[in-house]
Amino acid sequence: MSHSTPPVIELRNVHKRFVKKQDLIQRALQLAGKPPEPRTVHAVNGVSLAIAPGEVLGLVGESGCGKSTLGRVVSGLHRQTEGELLYQGTAVEQLNRMGKLAYTLGVQMVFQDPQASLNPRQRLHQILGEALQVHKLAPMGEIPARIDKALAEVGLAAEYRNRLPHQLSGGQRQRVGIARALMVSPKFLVCDEPVAALDVSIQAQVINLFMDLRAQHGLTYLFISHDLGVVRHISDRVGIMYLGKIVEIAATAEIFARANHPYTQALIAEVPNVTRRKRMFVPIVGEIPSPLNPPSGCTFHPRCPLAMTRCREEVPTLEAIAPGHWSACHLNHTSA
Amino acid sequence: MKTPDPRPTAVNTPLTDTPRRRAILKQLRSHPTVKGSVIALVLLLATVLLAPFLAPQDPYNLAVLDLMDGRLSPGSASMNGFRFWLGTDSQGRDMLSAILYGLRISLTVGLSAVALATVIGSLVGLMAAYAGGLIDTLLMRLVDFILGFPTILVALVLLAMLGRGVDKVVIAIVVVQWAHYARIMRSRALQERRKEYIEAALNLGFPAWRIMLRHLLPNCLGPVMVFATIQIANAIVLEATLSFLGVGVPITEPSLGLLIANGFQYLLSGDYWISMFPGLALLLLILSINVIADRLRSALDPRST
Amino acid sequence: MTTQPLLAVYGLHTVFHSEEGAWPAVSGVDLSIQPGEIVGLVGESGSGKSVTGFSIFGLIDPPGEVIAGEVLFKGQNLRDLSEEQMRQLRGNRIAMIFQDPLMTLNPVLRIEEQMLEAIQTHTRVPRAQALKRCVEALEMVGIPSPEKRLRCYPHEFSGGMRQRVAIAIAMLNQPELIICDEPTTALDVTIQGQILYRMQEICRTHGTALVWITHDLGVIAELADQVAVMYAGKIVESGPVSQVLDAPAHPYTRGLLDSLPGAIQPGQRLQQISGMAPSLSNRPNGCAFQPRCSHALPQCATSEPERTTVDQRTYRCFAPLVALGPAA
Repeated sequence: MSHSTPPVIELRNVHKRFVKKQDLIQRALQLAGKPPEPRTVHAVNGVSLAIAPGEVLGLVGESGCGKSTLGRVVSGLHRQTEGELLYQGTAVEQLNRMGKLAYTLGVQMVFQDPQASLNPRQRLHQILGEALQVHKLAPMGEIPARIDKALAEVGLAAEYRNRLPHQLSGGQRQRVGIARALMVSPKFLVCDEPVAALDVSIQAQVINLFMDLRAQHGLTYLFISHDLGVVRHISDRVGIMYLGKIVEIAATAEIFARANHPYTQALIAEVPNVTRRKRMFVPIVGEIPSPLNPPSGCTFHPRCPLAMTRCREEVPTLEAIAPGHWSACHLNHTSA
Repeated sequence: MKTPDPRPTAVNTPLTDTPRRRAILKQLRSHPTVKGSVIALVLLLATVLLAPFLAPQDPYNLAVLDLMDGRLSPGSASMNGFRFWLGTDSQGRDMLSAILYGLRISLTVGLSAVALATVIGSLVGLMAAYAGGLIDTLLMRLVDFILGFPTILVALVLLAMLGRGVDKVVIAIVVVQWAHYARIMRSRALQERRKEYIEAALNLGFPAWRIMLRHLLPNCLGPVMVFATIQIANAIVLEATLSFLGVGVPITEPSLGLLIANGFQYLLSGDYWISMFPGLALLLLILSINVIADRLRSALDPRST
Repeated sequence: MTTQPLLAVYGLHTVFHSEEGAWPAVSGVDLSIQPGEIVGLVGESGSGKSVTGFSIFGLIDPPGEVIAGEVLFKGQNLRDLSEEQMRQLRGNRIAMIFQDPLMTLNPVLRIEEQMLEAIQTHTRVPRAQALKRCVEALEMVGIPSPEKRLRCYPHEFSGGMRQRVAIAIAMLNQPELIICDEPTTALDVTIQGQILYRMQEICRTHGTALVWITHDLGVIAELADQVAVMYAGKIVESGPVSQVLDAPAHPYTRGLLDSLPGAIQPGQRLQQISGMAPSLSNRPNGCAFQPRCSHALPQCATSEPERTTVDQRTYRCFAPLVALGPAA
């Protein structure tokens, strides 16, 4: 990895908070003395990441961990509350109009729900051709050829150009979503649980498609998923998120071989594995806390089998425990 | 308890298109009341369009009217052998012709008022939903304000200021009604705006107007259209009411409401036809529109298709 | 197996009527479940696995219809029973858990009312005693402070908790069989682990048999004793879990196992099964899997393979991948 090329995407201490607005009645009740309910969701709580060109960074976590929000901050759909987002070395805020357009088109997103991610009223050729028309990326005469090429690239026959989304299967719709993202020649794809809604045998097809496209177009991915197996297969590096923070991040092989954070260890142990048989489940206890009301200190401490007093009081920071392997856990400081 | 339904959706049907529209029409057609209503409505529409040719007499042409022909019962003939199939009113106007022209006015008012209100209301609702924040609050408070007034009152006041006339009636109806459409469109658009294809459009850098009109609007029209069809009947009734009260259309161009009003005084003296036939025509018109609108609503319900 | 199976299904056929005809959702399914056994029913969408579960439980409403087959629960054919008699069995001797716990839980009633109703519908028990059973059931599924939680509404629970409440309700009358239709599919991995742990405990302590319907082979591998793989409305392979997963006979099972990310080195192309599962309207002639099968023989396109039984394993294939002799 050369140090002269800047990372495609860099996040520096990015926070994203959502504040629930109070309506008049709630405000009145509060004035009358009702204790205030927590209204702030700290969806992304100080995340710093750098994704190098050509890399696939897998982001794993369960509900409420903020991975989807982080994906949307990276692609520009949400504006971060605090912190910096850099695209190819320049802060997005400081980009001029041309630069902003380059960033918008350069970072594309593939969504989770194949049904909701396509406009039900548009035919495929309209879905795919619209961006080219709006931004004048290709002369009008060339557009049909580009559409056919895009369809072929994701494995759909050219006749599909006149179909409506409800005439496609889930897997096919997902392919159209990928083709749509590729139409604007992006450099970076944020894939938000792209295979979660698909059947197992279709998942394999779409995962292969992602890998092929990455090689063909030299793309960089942020691959968000709750499925450790899929992430392990496609990613170069894996980051584990819990309640808005990255608790561990390392190269794929390293994190699976030497998981450090207790949450990572629990995740890896819990994922049902086809090669194991009839085992005694020993799950970690406790519910996933609500992001409206996170626990103090290390947010994982109520569920951690190895929690100490320090974990309840102090928030651990991400530290390098090995080259390229970062973990946020107080246990790394004990002498044991 | 919802059993899983593995029947093939359009996904699995071969390449030949079976658009949802066809399926909806099929469902509409299959219901017997709908068939009857559609036939009635088509007949009404045909007669209304062909009124100038069908009507034996031009009821607006004061020169043709002869007071001597006034209040003749249905079926009787005039002095010069002209048969009045539905009788005449106090001015000697042929009821049949008057009803045909009156239906014309009713439908014109109904359709144009609804069309205008739909356009204005939809755009406002769309803007409110898309922009959110302060614009949303302001627009919706305006909507609430308008909806706080009873429609007839506002219409009465407006017409008192504007005077009589078909166009003024339409304006009066639109001024109050658009707010309903805005509400409906806004609530639908709020749901739809959250969907991922809108996020995709944002991600592709499309301008706001394009996302609103090309992506959001077509997918939010459903409930608005259904409401609009029902509102056609309401607008017709509203116009009839206003004309009955004497503030709607001018006396020389009677609409159904005005005809009913004119005949009211003669009802108890036995000349029932002056009020009753216009009333029946109005009833038939509204009934057929409502039945179709109702079936349209259940047919458009995505759970039924 | 000399003991009478708890549940035996023979030749189950369920169709869904539409204007174009009767779509066959389940076309001849045979199952056998021993008391206390955990049987996994695996398949992708459209395979008919959920419809099988609903058919056994008697929840198929028009336009669906069970048109053939026997569902023998302890020797008694459930299809012969009236709706009233089925109602006495449901929630009592046989229970069902769904993917969405809100299918079981009424959002406007407190948990307490729903659980009491489940008990009192089947047995006349004084309220205090019934409440005690409710508290015990909630404890059994690991819900903290059960007495307080009884007074809560479903929306006050998280997704995983709701599913646990649904399991508790299913267990209230100590049923002998629970049909579970993808109960953990919508849950996070760590929560799924907790639910699976509870289910395992319940089966061990009470000897309850389970039919676990899922698409997740990993869960079946770790939880179940027997597995049945469904494709296009039929069971294409069944048998003890280790035997089927270690040496699958049917190419579809092999294909499923091979397309899992763990089956191959990270970074390599996954082995994919080409094509898509057929819909109800265009099931191919002969073997339904044949268009996607890399081992297909000419006869696979014209005739449907019959069910072959060897020992405890069954499969429907003209060209099974493993030679199953009497010794297998």
